[in-house]
Amino acid sequence: MVEKEIINKMKTEEYFVNMGPQHPAAHGVLRLLLTIDGEIIKNVDPDLGYIHRSIEKMCERDSYQQIVHLTDRMDYLSSHINNEAVCLAVEKGLDIEVSDRVKVIRTIVSELTRLASHQLWWGVIGMDLGALTTYFYAFRDREMINDIFEETCGARLTMNYNVPGGLMFDIHPNFVNRVKEFLAHFKTKLPEYDRLLTGNVIFQKRTKGVGILTKEDAISYGATGPVGRGSGFACDVRKTHPYSAYDRVEFKEALFTEGDSLARYKVRIMEMWESMSIIEQLIDNIPEGDIKTPTKAVIKLPKGEYYQRVEAARGELGVYINSTGTKNPYRVKFRSAGFSNLSVLNHITKGAKIADLVATMASFDFVIPDIDR
Amino acid sequence: MGVDKRSFLKQIEPEGLNQVVPDDFPGKVIPGGNGGNIVVSTLDNVINWGRSNSLWPLYFGTSCCAIEMMQTGAPRHDFSRFGFEVARPSARQADLIIIAGTIVNKMAPVLRRLYDQMAEPKYVIAMGACAISGGPFFYNSYSVVKGADHIIPVDVYIPGCPPRPEALLEGMIMLQEKIKTENMSKKVNPIDGFDEGEGKFVK
Amino acid sequence: MKNEDLQNIINGFGENLEFTTEESEFLNVIVPKEQLHEVCNQLKTNSNLKFDYLYCLTGMDWGTDLGVIYHLESTELKHLIVVKVKTDDRENPTLDSVCDIWRTAEFHEMEVFDFFGIKFNNHPNLKRLFLTPDWDGFPLRKDYVDEANMIVK
Repeated sequence: MVEKEIINKMKTEEYFVNMGPQHPAAHGVLRLLLTIDGEIIKNVDPDLGYIHRSIEKMCERDSYQQIVHLTDRMDYLSSHINNEAVCLAVEKGLDIEVSDRVKVIRTIVSELTRLASHQLWWGVIGMDLGALTTYFYAFRDREMINDIFEETCGARLTMNYNVPGGLMFDIHPNFVNRVKEFLAHFKTKLPEYDRLLTGNVIFQKRTKGVGILTKEDAISYGATGPVGRGSGFACDVRKTHPYSAYDRVEFKEALFTEGDSLARYKVRIMEMWESMSIIEQLIDNIPEGDIKTPTKAVIKLPKGEYYQRVEAARGELGVYINSTGTKNPYRVKFRSAGFSNLSVLNHITKGAKIADLVATMASFDFVIPDIDR
Repeated sequence: MGVDKRSFLKQIEPEGLNQVVPDDFPGKVIPGGNGGNIVVSTLDNVINWGRSNSLWPLYFGTSCCAIEMMQTGAPRHDFSRFGFEVARPSARQADLIIIAGTIVNKMAPVLRRLYDQMAEPKYVIAMGACAISGGPFFYNSYSVVKGADHIIPVDVYIPGCPPRPEALLEGMIMLQEKIKTENMSKKVNPIDGFDEGEGKFVK
Repeated sequence: MKNEDLQNIINGFGENLEFTTEESEFLNVIVPKEQLHEVCNQLKTNSNLKFDYLYCLTGMDWGTDLGVIYHLESTELKHLIVVKVKTDDRENPTLDSVCDIWRTAEFHEMEVFDFFGIKFNNHPNLKRLFLTPDWDGFPLRKDYVDEANMIVK
């Protein structure tokens, strides 16, 4: 009793700790200014811009075809989906309807990208929580997807496969077989992921009930993607505003209501299953058709504003293009999922321990160039 | 405890101690008897051999190239075959800094400080187009430093956007080759006389 | 809900509201800056509108005017709207913050302040988020000069 009184009377001083910009658990160059009382976090103040590359300003000087390759470098783990967002926005402006073949191929490659991204996240969340094995398992399976991408478009990561009006090239003759091979392989490996990490006692204790986000807060903070869906916010753009071939496939939106780090983990695992199901529905009947609707060499969008939303691996990506009718856009804005998701961090980690902050950040799956642009 | 080292080694390596010497050891090892060996080589060679085969990299992954760097450490490419696997998050324990990604103006002082914190000898690999020259962000970008060599001296450049894991391995082996030719008496601190060049921290 | 119905409801929230659907796929509402906070508050709380999800907040330089574009969606009623607000003061542009209505605006307004120099009243923590505190000028404005890096078009 007396001890507790003494502890209560003891005056502790708050102090600042810099987490980042070069920190292994920050997934890149995120800098957090932590105000700490002992081990308890009082305030988290993100300081961004350590990888701010002025992409939005560069877009104002580039032609519409050139913008596409810059988006690869924003959220490089869902590069194909970023490309798709810009291409869909430009196609909306030009009033082009791409062929069914393009739509289906775009959807398949998008889902492969999402799988690769979630695999990497699964490897990294294990590392952040002290389990190095996950990293090796995830990267082994990820290489198979990279091989498919490389065969299709020549690049492993920053693909630049979409162009306004369609695709850069047709798919490789091996594409269908390689994808099927991968699906058969990964279907046996994903349960292994579950056995290795999901049921692990240490992992459960570090994520269950940690970093709880309510549905109201998720909507108010604009937290989308697995972060929003882990809190019960039905924000999957593939469902709410379908694009490409998502209106012709059946899949479940992964929704959990707990709102803690474990729920966000479960959302991603479930999304991997759903992605595989989407690919399976499409891979056997890729329709014939043109892979590119011809556009003029110099694209000039009619005067106006165009907005396109897509579901990237980290949440909703929005592309806002304001055109004045010239060959360059007047203003381009990327609404990146990571930026809005990051704004939640201070709200849900106040009063938690530093170790919980690491677990929460791992479940958010930040890609810093996506936040900084 | 009471186990003679020599007899223990003989148990696991019946051929004797001579077999323990690796193939690429730069020098001749003559068994001297009585538990000792005579090594004929130069000190430079032996030290360089040790250094080049155990480079501890500091990961400075800022963007896309970091993923390919992680991929290089992953099962398929596995750079621990060449002694690079001890990745350090702290500059004070690292020999080598791999700049994997774009360096922007706000990051430049941080990179320089990390480099200054590293103990001699220290080496730098610039991985990817951004770290070499600014890459896709060379024109029209108000915040990107046009190449990491405006901040710190670079030993090996690896082109690509991002470079393949094989390219990173090639670059690292190239650095090993460079280290193997070093001469201790003539070695200078790379930061001495380092010219940051025109256009550093251009705003 | 159709755009006409939205327009009829929103028209009662304030005076001098301009509505347009030209050159855009959404209904655009141009709000005078004095009424911004009041109108936004009504958009969120009105039981027929319930715009609870601010999915994009864009800073904008129209050449003469600076301003902000808000893209809003109702997660329950599924309708969309775009709100625009402008100010012609380029020296000291000031707008009301909406971060007490939609919390996500806090970070997005910091971004707009960083790139366009628009100050937001009642913002809890307005600071330069991406650029260093001593950065000169606001880079996404159209009159930003950077001779070293920008190639002339």
